[in-house]
Amino acid sequence: MAFAAFATTTSEAEQVPRRKSPVALLLLLPGILYLVLFFLTPLISLLLTSFQAPSEFGDIGQYTYAFRWENYLQVVTDYLPHILRSFGFALIATVLALVFSYPLAYFIGVTARPWPLAQSLMLVLVIAPFFISFLLRTLAWKQILSDESFIITSLKAVALMAPDAHFTGTPAAVIFGLTYNFIPFMTLPLYTTLERLDLRYLEAASDLYAHPVEVFRKVTIPLSMPGIVAGTLLTFIPAAGDYVNASRDFLGGPDSQMIGNVIEANFLVLQNYPAAAALSIILMSVILIIVSIYVKRAGTEELL
Amino acid sequence: MTTSAFAAQGADLELVGIQKRFPGFTAIEHLDLKIPPGSFFALLGPSGCGKTTTLRLVAGLEEPTAGRILIGGEDITGKKPYQRPVNTVFQSYALFPHMTVLENVAFGLRRRRLDEPVAKAHEALRLVELDHLAARKPQQLSGGQQQRVALARAIVNRPALLLLDEPLGALDLKLRRQMQLELKTIQEEVGLTFLHVTHDQEEAMTMADTVAVMNKGRIEQMGAPEELYELPKTAFVANFLGQSNLFTGPVVGSTSEAIAVGVAGQRIVVPTARAHRHVGEVTIGIRPEKLSLHLSAPAVDPARNTMGPGRVIDVSFSGVSTQYLITVPHVGTLIVFAQNMAFGPVAEEGGEVWVSWDIEHGFGLEDEPADTPRFEADTTTRSIAAQRRASLITELEEV
Repeated sequence: MAFAAFATTTSEAEQVPRRKSPVALLLLLPGILYLVLFFLTPLISLLLTSFQAPSEFGDIGQYTYAFRWENYLQVVTDYLPHILRSFGFALIATVLALVFSYPLAYFIGVTARPWPLAQSLMLVLVIAPFFISFLLRTLAWKQILSDESFIITSLKAVALMAPDAHFTGTPAAVIFGLTYNFIPFMTLPLYTTLERLDLRYLEAASDLYAHPVEVFRKVTIPLSMPGIVAGTLLTFIPAAGDYVNASRDFLGGPDSQMIGNVIEANFLVLQNYPAAAALSIILMSVILIIVSIYVKRAGTEELL
Repeated sequence: MTTSAFAAQGADLELVGIQKRFPGFTAIEHLDLKIPPGSFFALLGPSGCGKTTTLRLVAGLEEPTAGRILIGGEDITGKKPYQRPVNTVFQSYALFPHMTVLENVAFGLRRRRLDEPVAKAHEALRLVELDHLAARKPQQLSGGQQQRVALARAIVNRPALLLLDEPLGALDLKLRRQMQLELKTIQEEVGLTFLHVTHDQEEAMTMADTVAVMNKGRIEQMGAPEELYELPKTAFVANFLGQSNLFTGPVVGSTSEAIAVGVAGQRIVVPTARAHRHVGEVTIGIRPEKLSLHLSAPAVDPARNTMGPGRVIDVSFSGVSTQYLITVPHVGTLIVFAQNMAFGPVAEEGGEVWVSWDIEHGFGLEDEPADTPRFEADTTTRSIAAQRRASLITELEEV
């Protein structure tokens, strides 16, 4: 569903003449079949599960089809802090990733333009972390940031951290992990728009009395809006549903559990499938609402 | 800050000893230029001659390697583009695609925190007759309309100096002529100093009060369009600004009024006042439209130079006039423009003809006679690349 947001931004922008031809439909067929099979089917199944009621005489984890909408009420009252925390963390991580990625993408896409080789090299460096599973990388961060690690002991030695304080297990650690893991997803779309940025607009703006800060605010940012929207969506959506960084096995702790962890626990540990399904549907709908408002407000259609 | 108020009128621009070197080549050798306030000044030259670099230096988009830039007597060499009382109409227009036409025009006013930016922007749009399209986005306008918006966006700021970087280059011929007239009218109306960069000699001559012809990073000649056309100083100017027939030969006689040059055994007389060199090997020239075509040898007339006989090798009709190419033995090919006063060509291809012209119309160049007597203005990209390469090689050899 979240993909609908991407679809509206791109299809309206690229004004490709539309022609109805049987060949085009034929080419679309595999994609449609794929979506029906692997997207629509699980979605319907999830929706049905979310309304299930426990079997009257069954064991734990046995449910029958029903229309128990109270499931939703139940999970919202039980897990409201987790839901709020998820979107809070995702929002902070998205903003941080944007703050770190924009200068990086600008440097690669604009400043380094005269040196294409350096440009590709830096892009490879941005993508390089993907060569290692992100589970392993997150686990590595757990080690690096553990209480016995060099960084934490040093911070404690210079009294920047209290002697009995921890970093792993705190909300800050989860946000750190989210930010770190999604920086490439933010940098790449930003890079693609900034790489195409016509510097003559910036010259024109400075010729029209705009000092560098104003040039950036009034021209560079609006012109790179498509990249900002794409990057923030690619970061925010998966970050809101992420359950790895906040997991107790990785960077999270009891006070930093996100909705993804709750869904995981309900599905795999508590075997409360309706609750997990209801939470998933809620997560999906809230993301969809946030994203559609965001895309509408950002108004990127006219830019591409 | 100099940009805080509207300039009442244009200011003068002075370039003192400007030099601009890029890694590998010199764009501007040594440039001294003074543009009086309120004038329409054109920098004319082939692509790669340094004219756009000059403009970018004035706008502050490039920094000179050496020299100073003064506007209204104030040294602005070290100032950033946004601190200079200068606006540019860019070749690509560079209209902000994310803003409406109105917001584009109001952009400069808003940056300077001036009162009533919207009202002033509307006024500027009315001047270019585009106020009805104020709410549109630039990409919804035609090329000519975009050009006018770019002009409005620049003049609304009442800059002391307006820079025009070949803004008409992307327009078709008819629209270009129309815009040239409009631009000239607007310049007279608002009284700003215009510095126009172009490679279109006709555009420069119709619009500008003063034209400077630039070649290879230097100004070859500067003056009023008529002066430049009628009395070119160098072979480059003679051929870049219109066409010329040039002859090289030794001075065989001279009086206080005229010098005589021997060209392939014929005496060609040029007034002394119109010749820059009076002894030795000189190059003299005559404009093609000043030549008269004769089908038989003309009677000897001390007030006219005669050349011939020659053979017509090409006749091309262009409506108002007909262009004849004539080869004269030992002299070369002459170009003659003849007004079409009668139906059909006066001379047939392959026919024997003579040409003559009023002595007063000839001119003598300042140039050292070059190895190639017929210096053609070579403006192709390939030749510019070759020139760059040659200058690079010599530069490398010096090191």
